[in-house]
Amino acid sequence: MVTRVTSVTSLGRNGLYDWLIQRVSAVVIGVYFIGMLAYLIAQPNLDYGTWKAFIGSVPMQIATTLLVLSVAAHTWVGLWGVTTDYLTSLTFGKSATGVRLVVQMVIALLLLVYVLWGLVTIWGGA
Amino acid sequence: MKVSIYRYNPDTDREPTMKEYDVDTQGKDLMVLDVLNLVKEMDPSLGFRRSCREGVCGSDGMNINGKNGLACITSLSSVAPGVKEGKKALVLRPLPGLPVVRDLVVDMTMFYNQYEKVQPYLQNSTPAPAIERLQSPEERAKLDGLYECILCACCSTSCPSFWWNPDKFLGPAALLQGYRFLADSRDNATEERLARLDDPFSLFRCHGIMNCVSVCPKGLNPTRAIGHIRSMLLERGI
Amino acid sequence: MSIRTITFDAIVVGGGGAGMRASLQMAQSGFKTALISKVFPTRSHTVSAQGGITCAIASADPNDDWRWHMYDTVKGSDYIGDQDAIEYMCSVGPEAVFELDHMGLPFSRTEEGRIYQRPFGGQSKNFGEGGQAARTCAAADRTGHALLHTLYQQNLKNGTQVYSEWYAAELVKDGQGNVCGVIAICIETGETVFFKAKATVFATGGSGRIYASTTNALINTGDGVGMALRAGLPVQDIEMWQFHPTGIAGAGVLVTEGCRGEGGYLINKDGERFMERYAPNAKDLASRDVVARSMMMEILDGRGAGPDGDHVFLKLDHLGEEVLHSRLPGICELAITFAHTDPVKEPIPVVPTCHYMMGGIPTNVHGQAIRLANGHEGQDQFVNGLFAVGEVACVSVHGANRLGGNSLLDLVVFGRAAGLFIEDALRQGMTQYEPSNDDIDQALSRVRRWDDSKGGESVASLRKELQSTMQNHFGVFRKGDLMHEGVSKLAELRERVAKAHLEDKSQSFNTARVEALELDNLLEVAEATAIAAEGRKESRGAHARYDFPDRDDENWLCHSIYDPLTKQLGKRAVNFEPKTVDTFQPKARTY
Repeated sequence: MVTRVTSVTSLGRNGLYDWLIQRVSAVVIGVYFIGMLAYLIAQPNLDYGTWKAFIGSVPMQIATTLLVLSVAAHTWVGLWGVTTDYLTSLTFGKSATGVRLVVQMVIALLLLVYVLWGLVTIWGGA
Repeated sequence: MKVSIYRYNPDTDREPTMKEYDVDTQGKDLMVLDVLNLVKEMDPSLGFRRSCREGVCGSDGMNINGKNGLACITSLSSVAPGVKEGKKALVLRPLPGLPVVRDLVVDMTMFYNQYEKVQPYLQNSTPAPAIERLQSPEERAKLDGLYECILCACCSTSCPSFWWNPDKFLGPAALLQGYRFLADSRDNATEERLARLDDPFSLFRCHGIMNCVSVCPKGLNPTRAIGHIRSMLLERGI
Repeated sequence: MSIRTITFDAIVVGGGGAGMRASLQMAQSGFKTALISKVFPTRSHTVSAQGGITCAIASADPNDDWRWHMYDTVKGSDYIGDQDAIEYMCSVGPEAVFELDHMGLPFSRTEEGRIYQRPFGGQSKNFGEGGQAARTCAAADRTGHALLHTLYQQNLKNGTQVYSEWYAAELVKDGQGNVCGVIAICIETGETVFFKAKATVFATGGSGRIYASTTNALINTGDGVGMALRAGLPVQDIEMWQFHPTGIAGAGVLVTEGCRGEGGYLINKDGERFMERYAPNAKDLASRDVVARSMMMEILDGRGAGPDGDHVFLKLDHLGEEVLHSRLPGICELAITFAHTDPVKEPIPVVPTCHYMMGGIPTNVHGQAIRLANGHEGQDQFVNGLFAVGEVACVSVHGANRLGGNSLLDLVVFGRAAGLFIEDALRQGMTQYEPSNDDIDQALSRVRRWDDSKGGESVASLRKELQSTMQNHFGVFRKGDLMHEGVSKLAELRERVAKAHLEDKSQSFNTARVEALELDNLLEVAEATAIAAEGRKESRGAHARYDFPDRDDENWLCHSIYDPLTKQLGKRAVNFEPKTVDTFQPKARTY
């Protein structure tokens, strides 16, 4: 019996939750971008002050925070899927688990940095 | 016409080769299995599975000019334009993604293992009546499009998710049978069945690309069945 | 030479409906049971059965009675079906069918939620007096598929040990002729193994591939009959071959009798519903031998259709698209694929096609194989250790002509009965007969013969010649001189097959070796058929002779018994003693 990957690193530890996370985060990302697009169309003569007031308003701060978290979660679930499809014993033999773990750690680290950076940008004031 | 067939005999060959045959079909629109039988008369060493020769036993699933199908109900004219006329070669390979035993014969153990994992048998803890368990025509209609599966493996071996994780992703065929019992009004093991499908791999590796639907020789729709199971899991989970 | 031995309480050879029902029974009771099948079990020929399983479950008609079913079956058999066995099958049937529902078989349903039953040929109410009955329980037109998959699923559940893609090559007997098990070859690796068991159950199915045109799967090569005959055991009523009225012309693919049950009918090239002339009451639902002969008469009289006038049509379009697609979806698919005809719009070209072997290894209702004390005559004796169920067996419930829907019932009832009997026998302690090394060597000799062959004719060409000989000399209508010629052709073929060549001697999944071993079996069945057909000098059921056109109850109201050692044809009495009902006396058979 071949066992090519294990599932311990999945986000929800459960298929349904991973699946839900990906759908919900996709909806958040979609709604955010449609809203943003609508705003940009409605404000043809946008200047920096208006933009800063808009993006710095508390509702937009909350929305952007949700966006950042959603992008991170979506990316994690998606790339977790990609790594467990392609970085397996089929391609890497015995070292597959090691390779996959390293790649997943790099992804996780990047996402963590991205989330922290995003939160600082959104809530950092200035 | 030209026929190109994947040949590999582990007793004698170090690696597989494609072997060309020239077959006289007398211009008839034969089934691919008929062509294979003609080749086997010339070269008895060619190995392939076959039984009913009418598309109900599921023995002769193979990859025909790039698409999985049953040799016995795939006519030359339906393979690709020019094949029947001999302008284009008929190319036969084993089902992709499973280990090759010999020539067009693959080792289906992984496929059958996944089928067994869905516990493909009716489970009902209530005592059986003296006659049949009653079921309305509407309840029975829910099994149409599910029970007809012939386990030919055309679908699962056309599914990339099954290629990459044949040990963990159940694959379209097994999931279709999983749903066949979830949908049966006579079965009451719904909770146990769903609980076993909830991990990130067994069902959720289906990304809905519908290769299974496009190759199924019986016209079944595993993707839809998987969607139904997902809805049941969702209802159960939240 | 010593080979690996694997020991079981019981082994079942053949993974079709009968074999899997038997193995299920024994696995459920915890005995160590192996199922040996040359194809993955759901690829067995039971999967092709379409119309249904005939049984008086009183769904379509609440007053239905298994005795009426018994009457139909006795009459259908042209009175050489054993009445004790038919009584057993028809009375136990409902229990066996309800079990199938409880196992999960997806039967079609009535508005009341009960199993849907459709009319089939040869069915009547009230002992032939009450008109057409509807007694065939159906899962659309895929009943065999649904049945076979359900039984496989139950075997999975109950932990039967399945040896899938293992080919049983020969019976192993001890010096006294007691059966000790079989020699089988793992097709994938080529390993040859002795399966030793207290009970060996043959469920190897039919042998329609002895004919050039047949509805049977390519795997139906009579392996069980072949093994039995080589072991010197007799076969019974082997001349009785059913030609199904509706095989798709040219392709041989079966079109279920259920089509006529649902209201379809046959027409000749002039569009005439000719069955009204041959069977004024039952018309298209007369029994299969009657319909097949009527079709052949139409064709021989020049009323066949097509450029060669060699087929008639099955008309279904008047039933409407909705009925066809809900009740006969598989038929619509097959007709489009193999006849390039959409039954919703046009009639399907059909011709009588070899379908079912009524004869086989004689057994009692428990599946115990029987031989006669002196080869082709004398007292019945049991063959210790050997059982047969399903098409390979001749219980006999089908006699000279099987009714549609009775084969699936035969499978489950007698598969179950043999399982129950063996369970009981094992509990009480069954003997394991021990073969000597010489006995095993003897059984291996045929496999070795092929492996040592160095030159000679090819398997494919000999098989073709055998099939056309059977087709031309032993078809729907038979004639003494033509059959005599056929018998000598087969004798000559036997010598050539003995010298034929297996070129490919590799081990891994060598299908050429399997086909060579199958050819030996085809030859055994063909020769037995030929000699028995020539020997039965009358017309009865499926056996119709120009030179003896009438039924001869004085001389031939009996089973034929073919002894392979002397190639003699003997007679064995038919059972006319049912336990709970009065005997059905032979009458003229009209529909």
